[in-house]
Amino acid sequence: MSTAPAMTDGTALPNEPSAPRRFLRMLWADKFALAALLFLLLVVLMAVIGPALLGEVAQKQNLRGRNAPPFEWDRGWLWWMGADSLGRPLFARIIVAARNTMTVAAGAVLASALIGTTLGLIAGYASRRVGEAIMRLADVIMSFPSLLLAVIVLYILGPSVTNVILVLAITRIPVYLRTTRAEVLEIRERMFVSAARVMGASSRRIVLRHILPVVLPTLMTIATLDFAYVMLAESALSFLGIGIQPPEITWGLMIAQGKEHLTRAWWLSFWPGLAIILTTLSLNLLSNWMRIALDPTQRWRLEMRGRTDA
Amino acid sequence: MPDHLLEVRNLSVEFHTAAGVVKAVRNVSWHVDRGETLAILGESGSGKSVSTAAILDLIDMPPGRITSGEIRFDGRDLLRLGAAERRDINGRRIAMIFQDPLSHLNPVYTVGWQIVETMTAHGQSRARAQAEALRLVTRVGIPDPAAALRKYPHEFSGGQRQRLMIAMALAMKPDVLIADEPTTALDVTVQAEVLALLKELQRETGMGVVIITHDLGVVAEIADRVVVMNSGEIVEAGNTREVYRSPQHPYTRKLIGAAPGKGDMPEPLPRAEPVLKVRDVVKTYGTFAALAGVGFDLMPGETLAVVGESGSGKSTLARILLRLDEPDAGEALWKGRDLFRLPPAELFALRRDLQMVFQDPTQSLNPRMTVFQLISEAWAIHPEILPKARWRARVAELLAQVGLKPEHASRYPHQFSGGQRQRIAIARALALEPELIICDEAVSALDVSVQAQVIELLTKLRREMGIAFIFIAHDLPVVRDFADHVMVMQKGRVVEYGTVRQVFEAPREPYTQALLAAGLDPDPEVQAARRAERVAIRA
Repeated sequence: MSTAPAMTDGTALPNEPSAPRRFLRMLWADKFALAALLFLLLVVLMAVIGPALLGEVAQKQNLRGRNAPPFEWDRGWLWWMGADSLGRPLFARIIVAARNTMTVAAGAVLASALIGTTLGLIAGYASRRVGEAIMRLADVIMSFPSLLLAVIVLYILGPSVTNVILVLAITRIPVYLRTTRAEVLEIRERMFVSAARVMGASSRRIVLRHILPVVLPTLMTIATLDFAYVMLAESALSFLGIGIQPPEITWGLMIAQGKEHLTRAWWLSFWPGLAIILTTLSLNLLSNWMRIALDPTQRWRLEMRGRTDA
Repeated sequence: MPDHLLEVRNLSVEFHTAAGVVKAVRNVSWHVDRGETLAILGESGSGKSVSTAAILDLIDMPPGRITSGEIRFDGRDLLRLGAAERRDINGRRIAMIFQDPLSHLNPVYTVGWQIVETMTAHGQSRARAQAEALRLVTRVGIPDPAAALRKYPHEFSGGQRQRLMIAMALAMKPDVLIADEPTTALDVTVQAEVLALLKELQRETGMGVVIITHDLGVVAEIADRVVVMNSGEIVEAGNTREVYRSPQHPYTRKLIGAAPGKGDMPEPLPRAEPVLKVRDVVKTYGTFAALAGVGFDLMPGETLAVVGESGSGKSTLARILLRLDEPDAGEALWKGRDLFRLPPAELFALRRDLQMVFQDPTQSLNPRMTVFQLISEAWAIHPEILPKARWRARVAELLAQVGLKPEHASRYPHQFSGGQRQRIAIARALALEPELIICDEAVSALDVSVQAQVIELLTKLRREMGIAFIFIAHDLPVVRDFADHVMVMQKGRVVEYGTVRQVFEAPREPYTQALLAAGLDPDPEVQAARRAERVAIRA
C-alpha cells in the first residue's frame, strides 16, 4: 500500500527503442551534428580512395597554368579551385593530401590520448608515489619546448609520416595526462566508487567501469580540439622542412607552400585552410553531440528535440 | 478585506523546461500578520519555496513565468513594482535566511564586513552600521562578539553561521523574515537553540515570520499557522494545533501518520553469540580523534542503531568496519576473524557478507549504469554467486522484493525518485546475499513519507531474511520503531548503549537526555509543554 505513490512517476515512462535506432534518431535531432558526420565521412572517403584516383594528376606540373585563379571553368572541373605555383590542380591536391593529413592527425591524437589517459588513470588511482613519478614525467615533457624536441627527434630519425606522428604524440601526452588525473582524483572520492569498493570490485574494474566513462566526455572534447592543433603543428614542422617532405603533401604543407604567394594568389593557402577549418569544426560539432548522446542523464535534450521536429 | 502585512493571492508560476511546461505552483494564497509565524510545510518538489522566491524576485524569467496572482505588501502589489523598488524592499523590509549559511556567506570577507555591508547598502553611515553590527552579533548569542566580527565564515560552526545569517537578516529591522529550511542542515540540539532564538527575536521586534520546512517538528515548535503544500497546491491551511489534531486532507493525514517515533518499541532479541565483536577502535585524523576507543557486540539478525550528531564519528565507524578507511588500532571480530587484519583475498570473500547502503542514492549509484548493470555488477565481481544466465531473472526478483518493477531494470538512476533510488541501492546490497547491512544515514535525505516506506522495507527484509543491520542516524525518533539496541555516540566515544526502551524511556547520560529533549515532536501540544518546562527550568 505504502509503495503506491512512489511508483507512479517511474512507470509513466514510455518504452525505450533499441540502441542503434535511438542514436540515429538523436543524430537526426541535431542537424549540425548530422552535417558534420557526413562531412567527416566524405573526408575519410577522400583519404581512402583519393590517392589512387587522383594521385598522378595531383603531381603533374603544368607551367602554363601557374597560380591559375579559381572558378575558371574552361580549364576543366579539376581546376575549379585554381592551381598552385607549379600549375598543379588544387582540388586534386587537397583530396590526395587528405590521406597524409588524416593519418598524421588521427595517429598523433589517438596515440597521445591513449597513452596520456592510461598514465593519467594510473597516476590518479595508484599509490601517491607512482602518481608523483608519472606527474614529474609530464612536467619534463611540458617544460621542454615542443618544437625543439621535434627538431632534435626528426633530425636524428629523419622526417617521415611515422616519425612526425611520434613527435606530435609525445608533445601532446601531458594534456590528457593532467586532465585525466585531476578528474580521477575527484571522481574516486565519489560515493558510487565507495559503493563499488564495498562490493569488492578490483581497482581495474573501478577505474575502467566506474571512473573512465565519467572522464571520457571531457577527453573527447580535448581530443577534437587537439586534432586542429596537431594539423597546424604538422604544417609548422613541414614549413621548417623537417615534417612531411615534398612530393608528399598534407594540408598543412600546402598552406606553408602558399604562404609566399599570399599577396598575389590567396587561393593557394585558402583552400587547404578551409579544409582544416571544416574538418575541425565538424569534429567539434560531432563531439559536442556525442557528449550529450552518451550521457544518460542529458540524452533527453536530444530526444525531446527529435520529438518536436517530428 | 482586512489588510495583512504580507499577502500572496492566487499566485501561479510556470517553468518552461525541455520536458514541457511545469506548473510549479497553482493558485497559491496565504498571508502573514505582524508578530505571527506562518509555516509552509511540504515535501521536496511540492513548490513550497516558489512563492517566497516570487516575493523576493528570485525567480529567473525565463524559464520561469508568473502567470497569475499578486503579492500585496504595504498596500502595493510587489509584482507590479520596478526592479529598483523591489531591491529597496528586499533585505530592508523583507529579509531571508537560507538552509545552508556557508554557501550564502562570502568566504573572502569577514563576517563583520558582510553585516555592515547590508546596512551601508541601504544607506546607513559606516560608524552607525558598525555599532549596530556589534549589537546584533551580541544579541544572537555569538561568544566574544567583538572578535567574532573580524573572523571569516569558515571559522564558525554550522549553528553559529546560521545565527550570523539571522543577525545579517535582522540588520535592517525587516517587517517580514522568510526562513527557507533554516535548521535542516543543523544537529538537533543546535536546531532547538536556533528556533528558540528566532522566536525570541520575533517577540522583541514584532516581525512576521514565514518558515519553509519539510519537518512537522519544526512546525509544531514555532508556527502559529500552517499551510500544507502538495504538488504545487495548498491542500490544507489553518491553526497549527487544529491541523495536527484533525487534519482534513488525506495528504496531511498521510504526512502526520508518516512521522517516525510513534509505533511500538520492539522487544530486544534474546542474547546469543555475537556475530560481530568490535573492540577499542581508534582513528585519528591529524590531531582530531574521530574514534577514541569504540566497541560493541552485534548478534545475528539484530539491528543496532548508532546515533550521534555531526562529528561524533558514526560515519567513520561505518567506513572503517567496511575497510574503506584503515583504523589506527582496535579489532573487529566477524565470526571470530579480525576484519582489520584479513589478507586481501579473504577480505574479498568477506565483502559478500558485509554490505552498505549510503546516505544519498543520487551519489551512490553510478549515473551511467542502468539498474540492471548496477545490480548485476555484484555477480560480475563475485561470479560464484550466480551463473550469468540467471542474472536477468534474479534482478527482476530483487526489484520485486524492494517494491520496484522488473521493467525498471533497463532504466538509469536519474529516471527514478529519491525513494526509488534508495530501493535500488538496497536491491544492490541484497544481490550479494549479505548477513550484515550497514545503513549510513540511509533515510536522512528522504522525505518523511518516503522515509517511512524505506524503513518499512528494511523491517520486512530483516524479518524475512534475518539480516543484521547497523543503522546510523543523527535523529533518535527514526530508530525508535526499528532498532533492537541503540548506541549513542559523542566526540568519537560511546556515551550510552542499551535497548531501545532503556534509552528512550530512562536515558542515563545527560547527553542522551539532551538529545531526546532537543528532538522535535510533531505534536504542537507536546512541544508547547516542553517549552514551558524549559522556561520553568530557566526561571
